[in-house]
Amino acid sequence: MSTETVISVRDLWKVFGHKADRVPRSDELKALTRRELIERTGCTAAVREVSFDVAPGEVFVVMGLSGSGKSTLVRCLTRLVEPTAGQVVFEGEDILGAGKRRLRDLRRHKFSMVFQNFGLLPYRQVIDNVAYGLEIRGASKAERLRRAREVIDLVGLEGYEHSYPDQLSGGMQQRVGLARALAVDPDVLYFDEPFSALDPLIRRDMQNEVIRLHREVGKTMVFITHDLNEALRLGDRILIMRDGRQVQCGTGDELVGAPADDYVRDFVRDVPRASVLTLRWVMRQPRPDDVLDGPELGPEVVIRDAVRTVLAADRPVKVVRDGTLLGVVTAEEILTVVTDVEAVA
Amino acid sequence: MATTTVGLQRTWRRPGKPVLVAAVLLAWVLIWVPARGVHTLGLSPADLTPLHHWLNDVNDTVGANRDSSPFFLYFFNEIRAAVDSLVTFLQDLIAQPSYGRPVPVLGWLGVVAVVAYVSWVFAGWKPALLAAAGFVFFGLQGLWEESMDTLALTLGAVVISLLIGIPLGIWAGLSDRFHKLVTPVLDFMQTMPTFVYLAPLTLLFLIGPASATIATLIYAMPPAIRLTAHGIRSVPRSAVEASESLGATGRQKLTGVLLPLSKGTIVLGVNQTIMAALSMVTIAALIDAPGLGKTVIKALQTLDVGTAFNAGLAIVVMAVVLDRVTTAAGNRVRQTGRAARFRRPLLAVFGVVAAVCAYLSHTYYWAAEFPDDVTIGGTLAKSADSVALWAQQDLSTATEAIKNAITYALLNPLEALLVESPWWLVGAVAVLLAALLGTVRSVITTAACVALLIGTGLWQDSMTTLAMTIVATAMVMLLGVAVGVWMGRNRFADRIIRPVLDAGQTMPAFVYLVPFLALFSATRFTAIVAAVVFAAPVAIKIVADGVRAIPAATAESATAAGSSAWQMITKVQLPMARPSLTLAANQGLIYVLSMVVVGGLVGAGALGYDVVAGFSQGQLYGKGLAAGAAIVLLGIMLDRIARASSPSKGSN
Amino acid sequence: MKLLRLTATAAVTALALTACGGEKIGETPVAGSSSGAAACGTFNLAVNPWVGYEANAAVIAYVAEKNLGCTVTKKDLKEEIAWQGFGTGEVDAIVENWGHDDLKKKYIDEQKTAVAAGETGNKGVIGWYVPPWMAAQYPDITDWNNLNKYAAQFKTSESGDKGQLLDGDPSFVTNDEALVKNLKLNYKVVYAGSEAALITAFRQAEAKKTPLIGYFYEPQWFLAELKLVKVSLPKYETGCDADAAKVACDYPEYVLDKIVSKKFADANGPAYKLVKAFTWTNDDQNVVAKYIAEDKLSADDAAKKWVEANPDKVKAWLAQ
Ligand SMILES: Nc1ncnc2c1ncn2[C@@H]1O[C@H](COP(=O)(O)OP(=O)(O)OP(=O)(O)O)[C@@H](O)[C@H]1O
Ligand SMILES: [Mg+2]
Repeated sequence: MSTETVISVRDLWKVFGHKADRVPRSDELKALTRRELIERTGCTAAVREVSFDVAPGEVFVVMGLSGSGKSTLVRCLTRLVEPTAGQVVFEGEDILGAGKRRLRDLRRHKFSMVFQNFGLLPYRQVIDNVAYGLEIRGASKAERLRRAREVIDLVGLEGYEHSYPDQLSGGMQQRVGLARALAVDPDVLYFDEPFSALDPLIRRDMQNEVIRLHREVGKTMVFITHDLNEALRLGDRILIMRDGRQVQCGTGDELVGAPADDYVRDFVRDVPRASVLTLRWVMRQPRPDDVLDGPELGPEVVIRDAVRTVLAADRPVKVVRDGTLLGVVTAEEILTVVTDVEAVA
Repeated sequence: MATTTVGLQRTWRRPGKPVLVAAVLLAWVLIWVPARGVHTLGLSPADLTPLHHWLNDVNDTVGANRDSSPFFLYFFNEIRAAVDSLVTFLQDLIAQPSYGRPVPVLGWLGVVAVVAYVSWVFAGWKPALLAAAGFVFFGLQGLWEESMDTLALTLGAVVISLLIGIPLGIWAGLSDRFHKLVTPVLDFMQTMPTFVYLAPLTLLFLIGPASATIATLIYAMPPAIRLTAHGIRSVPRSAVEASESLGATGRQKLTGVLLPLSKGTIVLGVNQTIMAALSMVTIAALIDAPGLGKTVIKALQTLDVGTAFNAGLAIVVMAVVLDRVTTAAGNRVRQTGRAARFRRPLLAVFGVVAAVCAYLSHTYYWAAEFPDDVTIGGTLAKSADSVALWAQQDLSTATEAIKNAITYALLNPLEALLVESPWWLVGAVAVLLAALLGTVRSVITTAACVALLIGTGLWQDSMTTLAMTIVATAMVMLLGVAVGVWMGRNRFADRIIRPVLDAGQTMPAFVYLVPFLALFSATRFTAIVAAVVFAAPVAIKIVADGVRAIPAATAESATAAGSSAWQMITKVQLPMARPSLTLAANQGLIYVLSMVVVGGLVGAGALGYDVVAGFSQGQLYGKGLAAGAAIVLLGIMLDRIARASSPSKGSN
Repeated sequence: MKLLRLTATAAVTALALTACGGEKIGETPVAGSSSGAAACGTFNLAVNPWVGYEANAAVIAYVAEKNLGCTVTKKDLKEEIAWQGFGTGEVDAIVENWGHDDLKKKYIDEQKTAVAAGETGNKGVIGWYVPPWMAAQYPDITDWNNLNKYAAQFKTSESGDKGQLLDGDPSFVTNDEALVKNLKLNYKVVYAGSEAALITAFRQAEAKKTPLIGYFYEPQWFLAELKLVKVSLPKYETGCDADAAKVACDYPEYVLDKIVSKKFADANGPAYKLVKAFTWTNDDQNVVAKYIAEDKLSADDAAKKWVEANPDKVKAWLAQ
């Protein structure tokens, strides 16, 4: 494995039910839809043949509707759920082959997880909840508390060290969950719909918090959500799942600009395209009659940010990367996207 | 319900379950008329089947080999010695003259002080006051020593139950396989009548505290196992996962997450274990267990209702005290603020006071032996006597009429149907009902139960008992719904009624047998009334809790829609409390079945009498054992059919 | 804090001060341990659950303790379990045994853990009884030949269209179903299930003047309260009850006896000698039973009262 990937997943399967391991081995069973499989064998295929790579420092988002297998997938990565077939390689090491002790070590030092329902221990104060992971790996009390204070400050919970979880709001409880995951200083953070239980304003707050943390500590993150806007805000790349299968994997603008099928298209329909798509997706090849001395913009510029420039210019705007002309954009292309958004809004 | 046509059409196409069930029952009656009285498999009380003889022989062999078998020498004797020394130690501590002194180590003042202190530490002020008052009351009743003997025995049984039960419960909570394995064993332990194993126990563990303790803990341990397992199983998945994701070992997960988060439920298990142990006090007295049970049994020999009542009241008070203290300890909230700041010094101060009281009670007669010139026991007994006498003389005409009405209108027809039907007809109906309401599993279980019931050789007695059980359970549910809904809707009613229910549950049946016999004669109906007194409280409590647990928002929206109280009850509260109703029926049934033997003492005949006679006469031992097994089988069969028909399993 | 500590000290001192009055434990020597104790030792006496038995046990225990210096341990046990206790060494003596040929065969003949220790002098009678008011009003009811005439009167909710014959305590052997059948009586046996149930039934029947016929026995303390009248069944002759299914005669008169464990008998200590010598009449037992059941004396006080009134009888037991 190259050093460019932290996590590498190949042909991962998770089937729940009796004699589940026969499913990935049989081509006939593999081909069935989820419903057919349940009728035939009584097994539920939660994750089917999923493959992807995550780069260091990347925020990798997995999204899909409820029941599409996201939680199962992320749990397979840490073996909280035992995968049925496939390969999960973490920093060059095949996790599925790791023994019990090794797995425990990995969990204690390499990755940690933030849960939708927080999973806090109600009988412990905030500080002891945060220190829980360190306690498990046997850190001394003084060190635990020092580190816990540090991360409590980091997530902005100063002053609440000695509160109990049920005395905190949902958002604050999830900050505790976040702090607990950060306290062990893992290489990778897994988030399973961490903000779904929070109301929209707090959710936005927490998303900003994650963005800030990502900037400050630069951890690799795998983030599960069913909210496309959240995915687009946080994700460097997004994997879309449906009924256990991966449908498409790419950057936000790739999904919006070139949906792989109707399912994805449906998904991204309500997205404000102008704020996701970049010029790359709307530029056209210059025509012979185009005047090519207008302003220049890069292909990765988001349309919303280019509107002013394009509309102000009286000639086509050139899309240029490294001095090469990739194409041009005029008011016409911009307006199709922007008015489309207007119509939806 | 609004779209009647749709509903009608659906019924038209495929008859609904209620219709099919009704059809089966109708068919039963129609076949019963011509087939009445054949293949009823009757067996008169003095007759035995080969199975019964064989069981007798097994019992004799065990007895004969007692002194030579290594199993006895090294296994049972060791257990006996260990249990004996624990209970004897507790008795020496609080109940019996010990260590060459004419009094126990701790006298009444010391016990009251220590109990109050411990209750205060773990449960708070109110329970501590209640505990102190309750214990002083034992002294005032003139039953100090008896109460302490009972307490020592109960504590011994409870300690051992918990030492074994909680680890087993944890195991059952962690392993599905063990859970499946242990559940039927627990059902068995709870429904098999104690009378059946009392005599063999004294063979295995000799006469003395050990046998009494073991008899008690067989009945008392199941709740500890069940509730511990339940608690572990209901710990939120997310907390467990979180700890796993941080790399916790199995032990870390157990001590850090599972046990702390199921503490409340485990304490409830402890509480239920204590209650169950106390309900065995009188039965254990039949094998020389010391304490209040002996007083009750002795009083029953001379039909001395007052004395029996006085001792029974002490058992009730002990149950209420232990219940309130453990419940409060389980529900305890965190101490914060001022209270927390004063707690430490208070702990020390009260600790010293308790220690001084203990010392005094160890040293001085006045603090060791409860003064017997301030007794109110005699007065209590006399008033109970006169109330009982009044009831017998002035009420018995009315109660006789009630008894006759229910017996002729309900019990006799049902019994005729069950007892006079050929066995294959009843068996077929049971299996059909299981098939209609449940799954393949319930069909298999039911069929197996029917076959085994026939195997016990006590089919007809089982049917007689079944008829009484059904009537009693129906009455329990009627009371459960009526009183339970009332209590659930009205806090004040709850406050008043709850202690009465506690008394009904813990007052030994032997105390009220005599008045009941006077009111209703030695009849099946008396047995039913005794069963209802014991079983209704638990059903009522469950229904009340279920009604109260309905979210306020639901009730509010119904009120906002202009529901009358009646609509509120029938349209909202009862349907929403349905899982509770199912649970109440299940528990009501189990409690009714556990009174079958007591029924045998007051004229119920059938299985209850078989068990009692088996306990009393050596040559009927095998038959009594078979009758005990039949009671267990009836319980399993009714429970499975009832559970299959409950909506919580998602019948659609 | 200070305040707390102060109050605590005050409380403790107060307690300690008030306590200093009163008699200290250990100042008076523990009673007991007279010279005879060594010779007699511990005597494990089974107490079966009926008052007549308790009367026997009370008197024997009282004499054993007071006159022989034994340490008597009374054990409240049902018969079957008491017999078992012979084998396990936990019971030394049973002092009122009603027949129980099966148990005698098992423990005396087969296991050889028990031996007979003579009669108590009491005679046990089992039979069918009616309340006194019935006997007075229907004098011919005491003859079984007339029972069918009255069957209708005895009908209850439990007996269907027949008369009810209330049977009793499951501890007693009964032939009543066979008797009803073989004497062609129009009755159904209903099992009351306990002595308490029987006594309550007779009490209510007399008080309310309602008809009742049932199984009962003497000696029994309740007969002192209410003199039930026995119905005469066909006379008992030896062997007429050999086949349980064909019984058509009255119950035999039981000679109540004493059973002791083999070990106890072989040791031949003073307690064993007392048990063996013990004998008294039905009237004697009824007196003590009345003390216990009606006057509510403790077993010990009841025994004391009787022993003080009958010194010569006690002397006769001890002389042997
Ligand atoms: N332990 C299990 N046993 C059997 N089936 C399971 C189990 N866990 C999940 N499944 C099934 O696997 C499928 C995927 O579940 P999963 O929880 O991964 O979905 P999800 O995408 O996380 O949904 P949500 O957004 O609701 O959390 C579902 O059909 C679910 O019923
Ligand atoms: Mg999920």
